[in-house]
Amino acid sequence: MSRRHLYVLSGLLAALGIAVFLFKVLVLGFPLQPQEKTLTWRVELRMQFEASGGPAKLRLNLPRSGNSLAVIDQNFVSPGYGLTMGAERSNQTAVFAIREAKGLQTMYYRALVHAVRFPDESAREPVPDLPPPRFEGAAQVAADALVRAARSQSADPETLAALLLKRLNNSAVDGEAGLLLGPNPSIGRVINVAADLLRVAGVPARPVHGVALEPERRGAQFVTWLELHDGRKWMSMLVSEKRPVLPKNTLRWWNGRQPLAVLSGGSGLTHTLAVSRSYEYALDSALDRGRALEQKLVEYSMFGLPVQTQSVYRSLLVIPVGIFLLVILRNVVGVKTFGTFMPVLIAIAFRQTQLLWGVLFFAIVIGVGLSVRFYMEQLKLLLVPRLAAVVVVVVLTLAAISILSQKLGFERGLSIGLFPIIILAMTIERMSIVWEERGALESVQQALGSLVVGALCYMVMKLALVEHLAFVFPELLLVLLAMILLLGRYSGYRLTELRRFRELAR
Amino acid sequence: MMGLLGVARTLRERGVMGINERNAEFNLVYNERARYPLVDDKLLTKELATKAGAAVPRLYGVIEIQHQVETLAALLADYQDFVIKPARGSQGDGIVVVVGRSRNSYRLADGALMEQAELEFHVSNILSGIFSLGEQIDRAMIEYRVNFDPVFERITYRGVPDIRIIVFVGVPVMAMVRLPTRAAKGKANLHQGAIGSGVDIATGCTLTAVWRDQIVTEHPDTGNPVQGVQIPHWDRLLEIAAQSYELTGLGYLGIDIVLDRGLGPLILELNARPGLNIQIANRAGLRARLDAVLAHRARLVSIADRVAFARERFAAVA
Repeated sequence: MSRRHLYVLSGLLAALGIAVFLFKVLVLGFPLQPQEKTLTWRVELRMQFEASGGPAKLRLNLPRSGNSLAVIDQNFVSPGYGLTMGAERSNQTAVFAIREAKGLQTMYYRALVHAVRFPDESAREPVPDLPPPRFEGAAQVAADALVRAARSQSADPETLAALLLKRLNNSAVDGEAGLLLGPNPSIGRVINVAADLLRVAGVPARPVHGVALEPERRGAQFVTWLELHDGRKWMSMLVSEKRPVLPKNTLRWWNGRQPLAVLSGGSGLTHTLAVSRSYEYALDSALDRGRALEQKLVEYSMFGLPVQTQSVYRSLLVIPVGIFLLVILRNVVGVKTFGTFMPVLIAIAFRQTQLLWGVLFFAIVIGVGLSVRFYMEQLKLLLVPRLAAVVVVVVLTLAAISILSQKLGFERGLSIGLFPIIILAMTIERMSIVWEERGALESVQQALGSLVVGALCYMVMKLALVEHLAFVFPELLLVLLAMILLLGRYSGYRLTELRRFRELAR
Repeated sequence: MMGLLGVARTLRERGVMGINERNAEFNLVYNERARYPLVDDKLLTKELATKAGAAVPRLYGVIEIQHQVETLAALLADYQDFVIKPARGSQGDGIVVVVGRSRNSYRLADGALMEQAELEFHVSNILSGIFSLGEQIDRAMIEYRVNFDPVFERITYRGVPDIRIIVFVGVPVMAMVRLPTRAAKGKANLHQGAIGSGVDIATGCTLTAVWRDQIVTEHPDTGNPVQGVQIPHWDRLLEIAAQSYELTGLGYLGIDIVLDRGLGPLILELNARPGLNIQIANRAGLRARLDAVLAHRARLVSIADRVAFARERFAAVA
């Protein structure tokens, strides 16, 4: 019958998956284990602008090694553009230029950044010529007063800078600082003024812009901090009073007041920045051997994708693992759940909220939703409007939880917005029907079943090893597919049936 | 772990069928997808059965769209008692049994009262499909309330007991009487807490019963023994069951029949995915019986042949 067909198909799928997997492990040397301490980051900057038809030129500041980070590889994707590298003041720059460009232009800059242990030389960089700024009129008086007061209460450039920043941070109540900064100053503005004041006091200082390297960050933002020279070396200082020290893994990008990029011959320049941890260095060895086939394989793997897309797939590729677990729990163990794939959706939401909070939020939302649903029973609403009303209540509950937890200082509450709202509303409706027709016990049992299955899926999907294997070896999903196909013809008992039919085994 | 494997082996030896096995080896193999609507939609089943000359509870009316709900009162005006069902309902959900009226309200089988507006709301819910398989929009059917034969009176708590027979390629293989209990709120559905008493296919006599996966010998509410009740019209019941194969073309199905005091056996509904607790009620495995049918399938042609085969082979072991 169709059995043989199924076995052959599953066998082929599994063999293909395992073959590619073994080739990648044994020949290409892809790592089997996730790196415990990943020391490599990929940084990707995407720039877009509307070219006006004539010549266009984009001058981009580039990141620099420093703060125990080394930029080891950078590449540019800018079709049709000529590229020249240079230095402007103490910044590295790249200039993209083209004779004629029209329409939306997109260009990428990618860099590979390693954490390094050797002593940081960037702090010893010579002091450039930083002329003291000119203040006008009242500003001059305020600046002099600020600097004089700060200098009398400080011992060295570092304490001087800290004092100045403190006063500037209080600009709302500090008249002199307020005069210099203007109303509602941005962090950039505070730093610019602080640098100016330090220069008035004879201390070389400048604003510096960089980006914090975090394991997974789409839409990363540039941060700005203050750098001053204390006579021997450069030191960094953040505006924030609580943690003035520059965090580790902050990549220094450019300094000075100019923006990241300057465009001529176009308009509407925007940029997006993505940062991700990379397994690159384990792959480097494969690439270094320089064989064409191997290079192609790496290019055609997940690593060939832009960093932003990579991080999407990092969470996408573990979903089949959760689904597989669900199939086992339903068809081999025999757990009852609401909705076929609802538990997996819950598991995906748990990835953002973490387990404990996720379970708590789930209970709150279902509880509130059910009470509203039971109340609405009296109103005798038709199904679709009733479901819609529950959706609204669910959304409001999520919003309320987020706001409350923000006020109480739980950051976890903010991620609840990723809960599958529609699925939750349907679950509430199903629960209330089961509640009425079969009783509260059965209803709560099924809800708990869904929750437990969701939690299990989450725990498996979260395992670093699972995530690593799924991302680096997506071909293993073929093996998973083969197993799911085989389970599709599993006709043995479910575990719960052994209990159910135990009277017949006596 | 050894214990579980031991249980699995014993069950396998006794031919007990699990849900995966039912789905993979029987439902998917013997039941054509295209024929499911014939049994999933009770209105279609009724039509089909009537055409084939089998008796069914008389249909009083059908509500198909929300607008028609307004006509419900007028439609019901002539009837003191009736049953409202979702045409595509599953596992007995959404069925309302009205046994009489008291002033402006309807009296239900479990003794509760329901007002006109509540009943209309219930019908609206049925139409929107919350009780139906796959939550598709549905129709509400209103039909004759069976005035059930007193044979099961001593072992029934309110509600209507019915007889479920599993039929495989036209051979009745296993049967049980489903007896409502207080826990099931008067419904004859095992999932909701009704008890199911096994039936000796050869004689039509009841055996022990299953209640929530347990074997019981007495009705939990009335306390009377369930065993040894002779089901009337047993020959006719077996014939109706055997005939359901030709009626639907489904190889593996369950047929639910009620015994009416005056009208005799009436087909209540058919089920393409009948539950497996019937095995506990009969203390016998389905797989063993299904395999016996498969082994002799070639010679089981006429309805008489198939009924005779069933009576001979599937007699209860004393």
